[in-house]
Amino acid sequence: MSYLEYNTKFVPSGMRKLLYLHWPLIMLLTAVACAGFLMLYSVAGGSVDPWMEPQVKRFALGLVVMIGVAMVPIWFWRNMAFVAFGGSVALLLGVEFFGDVRMGAQRWIDLGFMRLQPSELTKITLVMFLAAYYEWLPLNKKSHPFWVLVPVIVILVPVALVLQQPDLGTALLLLMGGGAIMFLAGVHWAYFVTVVGAGVGTVVAVLQSRGTPWQLLQDYQYRRIDTFLDPSNDPLGAGYNITQAKIALGSGGWTGRGFMQGTQSRLNFLPEKHTDFIFTTLAEEFGFVGAITLLALYALIIIFCIASAMTNKDRFASLLTLGIAVTFFLFFAVNMAMVTGLAPVVGVPLPMVSYGGSAMLVLMAAFGLVQSAHVHRPR
Amino acid sequence: MKRPPKDIIASSRIIGRRALVVGGVQAGIMGAIGWRLRDMQVEQADQYRMLAEENRISMRLLPPARGMIFDRNGIAIAANEQNYRVVMVREDAGDIGEVLARLTEIIDIPPEVLTRAMEEMRRRAPFVPVTILERVSWDDVAQINLNTPVLPGIQAEVGLSRYYPMGEDMAHVVGYVGPVSDYDLSQIEDPDPLLQIPKFEYGKTGAENRLEEELRGSAGNRRIEISAAGRIMRELDRQEGVPGKDVQLTIDSHLQAYVQARLEGESASGIVIDLENGDLRAVVSAPSFDPNMFVRGISVADWRALNENIYRPMAAKAVQGTYPPGSTFKMVTVMAAMEAGIITANDTVYCPGHADVSNIRFHCWRRGGHGNMNMHEAMKQSCDVYFYDIAQRVGIDKMAEMARRLGLGQRYDLPLSAVASGLAPDREWKSTVRGENWRVGDTVNASIGQGYVLTSPLQLAVMTARLATGMEITPRLVRLIDGVEQPSGIGPSLGLNENTLRRVRASMDAVCNEDRGTAYGSRIVAEGRKMAGKTGTSQVRRITMEERAAGVTSNEDLPWERRDHALFVCYAPVENPRYAVSVVVEHGGGGSAVAAPIARDIILQAQYGGPPPLEAYPANLRDQIAEQQRRIAARIPAGMRSQSRA
Repeated sequence: MSYLEYNTKFVPSGMRKLLYLHWPLIMLLTAVACAGFLMLYSVAGGSVDPWMEPQVKRFALGLVVMIGVAMVPIWFWRNMAFVAFGGSVALLLGVEFFGDVRMGAQRWIDLGFMRLQPSELTKITLVMFLAAYYEWLPLNKKSHPFWVLVPVIVILVPVALVLQQPDLGTALLLLMGGGAIMFLAGVHWAYFVTVVGAGVGTVVAVLQSRGTPWQLLQDYQYRRIDTFLDPSNDPLGAGYNITQAKIALGSGGWTGRGFMQGTQSRLNFLPEKHTDFIFTTLAEEFGFVGAITLLALYALIIIFCIASAMTNKDRFASLLTLGIAVTFFLFFAVNMAMVTGLAPVVGVPLPMVSYGGSAMLVLMAAFGLVQSAHVHRPR
Repeated sequence: MKRPPKDIIASSRIIGRRALVVGGVQAGIMGAIGWRLRDMQVEQADQYRMLAEENRISMRLLPPARGMIFDRNGIAIAANEQNYRVVMVREDAGDIGEVLARLTEIIDIPPEVLTRAMEEMRRRAPFVPVTILERVSWDDVAQINLNTPVLPGIQAEVGLSRYYPMGEDMAHVVGYVGPVSDYDLSQIEDPDPLLQIPKFEYGKTGAENRLEEELRGSAGNRRIEISAAGRIMRELDRQEGVPGKDVQLTIDSHLQAYVQARLEGESASGIVIDLENGDLRAVVSAPSFDPNMFVRGISVADWRALNENIYRPMAAKAVQGTYPPGSTFKMVTVMAAMEAGIITANDTVYCPGHADVSNIRFHCWRRGGHGNMNMHEAMKQSCDVYFYDIAQRVGIDKMAEMARRLGLGQRYDLPLSAVASGLAPDREWKSTVRGENWRVGDTVNASIGQGYVLTSPLQLAVMTARLATGMEITPRLVRLIDGVEQPSGIGPSLGLNENTLRRVRASMDAVCNEDRGTAYGSRIVAEGRKMAGKTGTSQVRRITMEERAAGVTSNEDLPWERRDHALFVCYAPVENPRYAVSVVVEHGGGGSAVAAPIARDIILQAQYGGPPPLEAYPANLRDQIAEQQRRIAARIPAGMRSQSRA
């Protein structure tokens, strides 16, 4: 399919594209990132070192990347989808062999100036690939068993590789993100009912396999499940993270203890306070009001994406936008559910807020795709 | 392929519908999270806030007192000293610069210490107490307490730190402690949490390092309540740690101090072994340094001075230094030959002043030659040619074996840093390590303790002790750990022929007590205190056989670092040996002129347990000795001057 299909007459060109960017979305992203800067400043004890300054630089770079991606016509990205996905799977294979081992997980490729996490990249390229797949697939074949099996395999390949690292959180995110696109593309309900049923079965199998020779997860992951089910069992060991996180969160109250006044984070009771658990510091220092405001900002980002997708007549563009929105949603929902004790601790950062380079850049590039879809939508 | 417009509409409708479903699910989940937040932060906030308060009870480690180290008479060698330190809490100080400026008006603080403290305060959380100055005098503490109102955030605290009352006399034995470093931690597999305490005192060298585990003790802890700001409010309870174990060494600090003083001005070492139990009564390396400098943190100038001194004050030469033993090795050669039955004591060798071995001429120290020499005379006059001859007959392997039997070429497990193993070379060693064949010339060199042979002063003392007793004596440095007696250094008999031993001892007696003996000038005349020994003068320059053949240049013509080492080993009393002594004076010149008088004075001091009477010396030396005793007495600190206990 070529771009001729679009009515290019109405698509802005050159620098005029800048005017057609989804500016409210950019504002929202910046607001969320600023909340992140503020918290990184706070957890460092009132210092731009060592986290806030690099994070600001990365966000600035991210903005440039986003606008750069947005300026390129969406059909170019559609044509690139297969290459991008293939590339990120190749990188995932790369970490298997050349990756750096840190904290028991093999997740990075060291590029010198930054550490690339191919699993982050895969979250977006998988969405691109599936969106392109359903664009190509004639509508009447979408629920045919063979054409359902193809994307399932495409999803399972990176999932298996990520599980190998082992990174349960990302694997689940990939699975749910991929499944969401299939659902959005209109695959028949019955498949999802079956899969959810099978999923429940798998969970049972995973729990039953514990302690047997064919144990499916790492011991530390089982301990995390235990901790999730009852953190009070082991308050100083496995349950420490979540117990301290909940104390921090709860003690924030309505309006919080005030900026830089959170005792939990001040006194270093909080683990990984600048990465996965940064939300607890925010909730401790700015209270319920602050936490709900951040949640509302996230919700607005999702709403804007859905609105943009629903007004976009191009199948690839709208599936891509929705897929990225779902991925973004999964990030913050899993993270927040994790620190509030609604989900097990699986190690998912809070998007745009947690300290971390590759997650931030990949997300900004993803929103670049959303912008590109928005700018180049058929009018 | 162009999608029919109908398809586009259908597609949009499907996506729209499903997007609403997905959006609905998302809204539901976000609602759940929001509800959960409300639940925790509004409904149960009080409960969680209470838990957060509880978090403010924290555990702190209490460092135990480090075990003390005593000498054999119970005199403290390493003790713990209470000292005061000035501590500052940034948060309480308000304007740090202002407060510190006032502080410097009251007490003396070096500017570099001040900048370091400022830096640390910036790095640490505002409520962490940062040490500004350690080892503050009581006067300064009083001044600070007096001025408390104008010095907010400043406190004087009491702590323990290591102190070495003997100063430089014990530096090489006891070593010193210093703040534990990252490097120290990296060397330990499972570090004690105590070592994580900033500036925790850790044994860096000597016995302090090697007995670290015994001396350290184990941590106590205290539970404290921390205020919202992190300040310690009160102590809830306290569990004292277990202090480190006390250690008693075999060293006699009086004798040690005497030896240190006697060696002053030389780069030398001296060892005294008690033959009753292998106890090391004195292990001295000169010059020395004050270990207290390292505990306090040594200044750059002092550090440079220590490192650039060509006499190497930091080296524990008595156990770390290895030297060619020179003629003190001749006992080994002669014992090997007599034990192997190759010679008897009466066999003679003619010494024309040189020997030709594989076309190379090896000289005797006396160019004119000694004439006919039997074992007794050869030892007494230290005739080299005699040993060249018998060594060729007995061979290097038997000599090396005898050397090892007498305690050379092996490392003793003493709690000291870098104890040297020396070298008793043999054919196998040369072929495996150097990849060369052993040559006859090597044997000839080894016969008089040159060439590849290397010994430490400690090994020479052990060799002398073994010759004097015929027993397998190993040196012992630690007498008691926590009151538990450590195994004695007396081993089984060496199984050497008693007759041979008697002959060799008689020749060592002759060295000191017969006219023409090389140490006759250093004889002891007091009955029952006489010594037997052997002189040694070893060349430091890499002696090529050609050089040896060309004869030796006079020592005085050489720069210090190329002069000969002077050595002397001895035991006393001759009849019933009690002490063995070895003395090595680096680049000191001749063994008989330089090392023997020092060893004589040391062994007399050991026998009398204090300054010996002048009657122990030959009449012609007494004036000179009296003067020397006065000089040394003035140098030894009052507490270390012991009265005669003999």
